Amino acid sequence: MFVELGQYALILAFVFAIVQAIIPMIGAQKGWNNWMVIAVPTAQIQFILLIGSFAALTYAFVVSDFSVQLVANNSHSDKPMLYKVTGVWANHEGSMLLWNLILAIFGAAVATFGNNLPPELRARVLSVQAMIGVAFLAFLIFTSNPFLRLDIPPINGNGLNPLLQDPGLAFHPPFLYLGYVGLSMAFSFAIAALIEGKVDAAWARWVRPWTLAAWVFLTIGIALGSWWAYYELGWGGYWFWDPVENSSFMPWLAATALLHSAIVVEKRDTLKAWTVLLAIIAFSFSLIGTFLVRSGILTSVHAFATDPARGTFVLGILAVAIGGALTLYAFRANTLKSHAVFSTFSRESGLVLNNLLLSVAAAVVLVGTLWPLVIEFTTGDKISVGAPFFDMAFTPFMVVLAMALPIGAILPWKRAKLGNSMKPLWGMMALSVALGTYVWATQTGGRMLAPIGLTLASWIILGAVADFANRSRFGQIPLRDSMRRLRNLPRSDWGKVLAHSGLGMIIFGISAVTAWETEDIRTTQFGERYELSGYYFTLNKVENLEGPNYDIVRAEILVEDGSKSWLMYPEKRNFIVQRMPTTEAAIDISLTRDVYIALGDPQEGGGYAVRIYIKPFVDWIWIGAMVMALGGLTSLFDRRYRVAAPSRKRAKPLAAPAE
Amino acid sequence: MRYLLFILMLASPAMAVEPSEMLADPVLEARARVISKGLRCVVCQNENIDDSNAGIAADLRVLVRERLTLGDTDEETMQYVVDRYGEYVLLKPTFFGSNMILWLMGPFLLLAGGFGAIVFIRGRGKQRPEEGLDADEQEKLARLLRD
Repeated sequence: MFVELGQYALILAFVFAIVQAIIPMIGAQKGWNNWMVIAVPTAQIQFILLIGSFAALTYAFVVSDFSVQLVANNSHSDKPMLYKVTGVWANHEGSMLLWNLILAIFGAAVATFGNNLPPELRARVLSVQAMIGVAFLAFLIFTSNPFLRLDIPPINGNGLNPLLQDPGLAFHPPFLYLGYVGLSMAFSFAIAALIEGKVDAAWARWVRPWTLAAWVFLTIGIALGSWWAYYELGWGGYWFWDPVENSSFMPWLAATALLHSAIVVEKRDTLKAWTVLLAIIAFSFSLIGTFLVRSGILTSVHAFATDPARGTFVLGILAVAIGGALTLYAFRANTLKSHAVFSTFSRESGLVLNNLLLSVAAAVVLVGTLWPLVIEFTTGDKISVGAPFFDMAFTPFMVVLAMALPIGAILPWKRAKLGNSMKPLWGMMALSVALGTYVWATQTGGRMLAPIGLTLASWIILGAVADFANRSRFGQIPLRDSMRRLRNLPRSDWGKVLAHSGLGMIIFGISAVTAWETEDIRTTQFGERYELSGYYFTLNKVENLEGPNYDIVRAEILVEDGSKSWLMYPEKRNFIVQRMPTTEAAIDISLTRDVYIALGDPQEGGGYAVRIYIKPFVDWIWIGAMVMALGGLTSLFDRRYRVAAPSRKRAKPLAAPAE
Repeated sequence: MRYLLFILMLASPAMAVEPSEMLADPVLEARARVISKGLRCVVCQNENIDDSNAGIAADLRVLVRERLTLGDTDEETMQYVVDRYGEYVLLKPTFFGSNMILWLMGPFLLLAGGFGAIVFIRGRGKQRPEEGLDADEQEKLARLLRD
């Protein structure tokens, strides 16, 4: 019953999306106000319908209704409740329903909180948003219907992939989708601006918070995925340059560029055409990512060819959206002229450099990801493009970016004297180089990675500190006055310092763990005591236990570091339904190093295979990512984006019941 | 479903290099590890043989170690594997033929984009007004004067 209602709501939402795509756009062209305002209720109703539809599917998962094909294929009555719920989006159909729901959330948000937007702009934005909705709802309903019933329901379901039964991965897709789909807002605003031929500071002030929000979600989503890989896969890898990862990383790079260029549009009314193009590109990356992951083309070109319906559909959406947007851009971009003036050394130029480096880096990731497909289509040869390529081809751009960042961030708008601006930075630069040199001189083994990484990381973080010290005139005026100045700095400045410092921490974490990680792989006998990087390990015992829907083999390992000792418990789990083993590494976390132990199989002749890693400063990668996201969040709450606050109260009742 | 399948293949959950496969000579073993990280497990999704748990990856790891023990250099070992399994096993594509486009794309785009950016920034700077008014202000002034 609920399932049929969910199906019905889905189809109704599709109908409302069609109305919302057409009527407001015509209204905006003709200047008919009553046609334009249709966009508001249709967007809100769509949101409520999709909430209902999503709730219906969730209900089917929660009560384990195996007459629904999707539930039967992806759930099991013994599964913990948390994973019954997250199982809703841990499959193709459910995740596309979530995709559509999030699209509707963003649409309803603009409809509800967008009272201060010019009516034409709001109508056009919502119309474009609805066009995307029509496309993806059609995709869902006609190729990936989550509500299909089975004639003969099985007694129990197939269960969920054990690797997905994990909190880190359970919440990874919703965050990624909030990011992916959030970029549709920037896209819709860009298309609306191209139709109107007008981009001004007010436009940028609207686009930037949406982009910022999408970026924060993407940052968290990517970090969650990477953290999950780190603790779940059993050897502590955190980034693999895998096509699926790249699919989320490309939109992130483009969104990062976009939220910087939108600052220039807002503050200085220039770089308009480029910003609009970036908005289109950023969402295009989201669409390309969706296509790559959803079509199956990555697994093999042949998998795509044998079941082409879904892939072709998304490819069609891709072609129309990107092709259409770029065509519109080609015709209309020249209307977006500006006359703002700035000199070669200025914040504007710094941000242009930022955009150049991030865009080229994103392009390198795109080409690297698609290259095997290109080669297979053109020559029939099969080649691979993996981590070693990306490490070599991508990293240099980040190095240059890191070198330029503190300087670009401290330059004033319009016109700068490089000498003056650099004054507060020279000391920090010397300090960072000294730190790098110290590390280079003291470490054993001659790898340059750690010294260079540490120099860049401290340069970015210290540069941010110098910027703040300079702006609060620290040391030049009484301390109390400095503190007051610091407190009064806009939130967006705090956000900037946090986000940039987060990047510094990530760079530090990556270079430290890459350069200084140590490992030990061996067959360990009970009671044998051995050393790795100053830690001593003894395998005490191995026991068999039972989990909720898996069996456990758990080892107890005594760890000593000279001053204290503690026990660690690496596990292997065997999921009963899927007959699939997973490793649960034991990780002793601290700010300076992780001790990472993974248990392997029993060996012929006694003992167990045990892998131990000491990973210095590895957690800085994810702490840095969180600091970065926190920076974005801080910036999002800057006073100047709260212009919509008064209208929010008035509009709330409409959206409240569904939330 | 394909997505799940994909994750399943990406993440072979158990161990990669087994202690029994490893060489006693630490220098030789270290070289084997480096080589392994550059070779793709042919049945996996974008996974190197050092991280992979697949049977064929284990075979390849042993093969690499055999070649090294026989006295092959790193390059000869790589070539030995490529001769048998094709370029597909190389996670770092060769720098030949059409792959040049792949390798040179980044530098090329940087040069082209950098050129465009410089032209743009130079253009912005040239319009510098003498009175300290920017273009918008000048336009406003002109309008005021006209009225």
